[in-house]
Amino acid sequence: MTAALPVTAAVPEDWRLPDRGVVGMWCLIIAESAIFTIFVVAYVYYLGKNLSGPEPRDILELPIFISLCLWASSFTVELAVRALRRGEERAFTGFWLATLVLALVFMGGTAREWHHLIYAKGFTIRTNLFGTTYYSLVGLHAFHVIVGIVGLAVVLALALKGEVHREHAHRTHVLGLYWHFVDVVWVIVFTVVYVIGR
Amino acid sequence: MASESLTLEREREREGGTTILETLHDWAVTVDHKRLGILYIVYGIVFLAIGGLEAAIMRIQLMSANNHFVTPQVFNRMMTMHGTTMVFLVGVPILFGFGNYLVPLMIGARDMAFPRLNALGFWLTAFGGLLLYFSFIGGEGLSGAGSAPDVGWFAYAPLTAKAFSRGHSTDYWTLAILLGGFGTVGTAVNIVTTVISMRCPGMTLGKMPLLAWMFFTMSAMTLIVMTPLTAAQIMLTIDRYLGGHFFDTQAGGSALLWQHFFWIFGHPEVYVLIIPGFAFVSEILPVFSRKAIFGYPAMVAAVVGIGFVSLGVWAHHMFTVGMNSGANSFFALATMAVGIPTGIKLFNWLGTLWGGKIRFRVPMMFCLAFLFQFLIAGLTGIMLAAVPFDWQVSDSYFVVAHFHYVLVGALVFTIFAAMYYWFPKASGKMLSETLGKWHFWLFVIGFHLTFDTMHIPGLLGMPRRIYTYEADRGWELLNLICTVGVLFQGVAIVIFLWNVIRSLLWGRPAGNDPWDAWTLEWAVSSPPPHYNFALLPVVRSRRPLWDFKHPEDPDWKYQQ
Repeated sequence: MTAALPVTAAVPEDWRLPDRGVVGMWCLIIAESAIFTIFVVAYVYYLGKNLSGPEPRDILELPIFISLCLWASSFTVELAVRALRRGEERAFTGFWLATLVLALVFMGGTAREWHHLIYAKGFTIRTNLFGTTYYSLVGLHAFHVIVGIVGLAVVLALALKGEVHREHAHRTHVLGLYWHFVDVVWVIVFTVVYVIGR
Repeated sequence: MASESLTLEREREREGGTTILETLHDWAVTVDHKRLGILYIVYGIVFLAIGGLEAAIMRIQLMSANNHFVTPQVFNRMMTMHGTTMVFLVGVPILFGFGNYLVPLMIGARDMAFPRLNALGFWLTAFGGLLLYFSFIGGEGLSGAGSAPDVGWFAYAPLTAKAFSRGHSTDYWTLAILLGGFGTVGTAVNIVTTVISMRCPGMTLGKMPLLAWMFFTMSAMTLIVMTPLTAAQIMLTIDRYLGGHFFDTQAGGSALLWQHFFWIFGHPEVYVLIIPGFAFVSEILPVFSRKAIFGYPAMVAAVVGIGFVSLGVWAHHMFTVGMNSGANSFFALATMAVGIPTGIKLFNWLGTLWGGKIRFRVPMMFCLAFLFQFLIAGLTGIMLAAVPFDWQVSDSYFVVAHFHYVLVGALVFTIFAAMYYWFPKASGKMLSETLGKWHFWLFVIGFHLTFDTMHIPGLLGMPRRIYTYEADRGWELLNLICTVGVLFQGVAIVIFLWNVIRSLLWGRPAGNDPWDAWTLEWAVSSPPPHYNFALLPVVRSRRPLWDFKHPEDPDWKYQQ
């Protein structure tokens, strides 16, 4: 009976299923979205419930420049993937490097902001509810940016060694999906923490 | 011919030459979905025995009034570990084990979409369990159950705050669940992707076996219900280690928020556990009724519907915390609404039995008991969804009886059905029918003695989680009967384990297709080869093996 299956039946033409890398990344994005949702809910729920200061409007400043850098990196990563799909490996490396630099600028900005808050303002995760929810939510996002930076850096290293070619465009696309997700989350965090919450 | 026998001999030599260490190494580094499935299931059964022992310790303690079999501290630890073990180390791993083993075979794939992620998921879950049980070492020593967590399986704030939970017991709980949660999400990603991207040619979504549909639904749910728990555990860790205030009422934090976050995970989790149970029944019932499943599209719609509705019912665990009546009404109605798709499923299973040629083999018997018991479990669920009734019996043994009716009466019964049904495929050996029937009847008797009876002390006002009680409450005989039932269940489990060992050693060879079934896993040898299918199958209907066995009357003539 082994392999005694109706393999003779006509194979339906163009039997193609969605790519597993893309589907897997979307699943991860859905799962991560749920985690961020809970942290955003906690942030919003605790807004204005502090028993002691400071409040967000007292110490937060709009991080416009680094936010624009992060969002711009979504465009550069997309340009890089498209370049690789066309087989333009040098353009790919250039755009990919730009993405990484923009991401590093964002993380540098966050680091400066935190350093300022902690050392100049004495505002830590223990200070009050706002401190707890702020550092958790922004920190969770920053953690995801760092993971993304590691991924970007690995691909860049491979690209500089000349090991990323046209046939890998698809894999860079999957990593790009993750990177877009990180940027979209920042749209929400930016809006909730720095615009509405302030 | 000569060269052929020579190769065979060489192969046998090589097999004979493998040491135990090499075999262990093979299993430890495997990325084969079948081996990982078996690892998951064995792991789950080991913890089923441990969690069962913990339950037995609690039942012995509650057997009579003013009993002092264990100390209150040990009782709290047993209660916490029993709940945590059964949900995270038994239910989830066993079900994911079956999913791992069966989904690729049933959809005609050679492996999961991400085999290495699959192995990572198992080992994360496994080490999460070990971490949790490591807590038994240290603290007050083994007789005091070490420093095992004692905050209850839903660990309500502010019990878990540093001030009220000193030492590291709660940290073991948090970190173990966090770790296991990552593994679970990884495996869920894998199953969803496998179902979407790995189906064999011709297997459209409408021709997928119901089991694949249900594991798909369950895994998709896992993606969004397991992660809120992960988030809540991260918050708890921040509170305990970094001095955060998420659940710190002294600093304006809300203990209630933990309850919401926990139950946003906790209630859908019940459906994550029971939907695979539905999956097993939906595959086994038709085969032993000799009929195709009744109402396939309705079944798919119902299970996806249950998945969606179950995301909006969590606060029915919180009727007694004092929500406004709008929230109470919403969650009561949403909870009752789950009864509709669930009812559709029950009627479809009955419709499958109707007019069938029923074969009373052991898997079928467990399925039939499931139908009856799941109905009762659902009915007490509807009762508890009525807010005024819930106010009376919330946190009583009535609730304990209700959810054990779901998780034991429905889920464990379907897991046993699945064990008897697919064991021949995984091992190549049949389980004994006689021992199986002993197992079934003893377990049915034990289950009903324990959990039917348990409703009554609940209605009489016995709260859950109490360590002991006074003699004049009228709860003694009832509690004694509950404890006697545990004895029957314990013997039944021992018989089951013996049946497995006995069959592995001396069992009757099963052949490829012992049940004359219709799905793809029965088309390959038992146990299946490493690569599953030498040639990828092409299917034209929901019962590819029926089509193959009955070329004169294939299903695809009737199905679109």
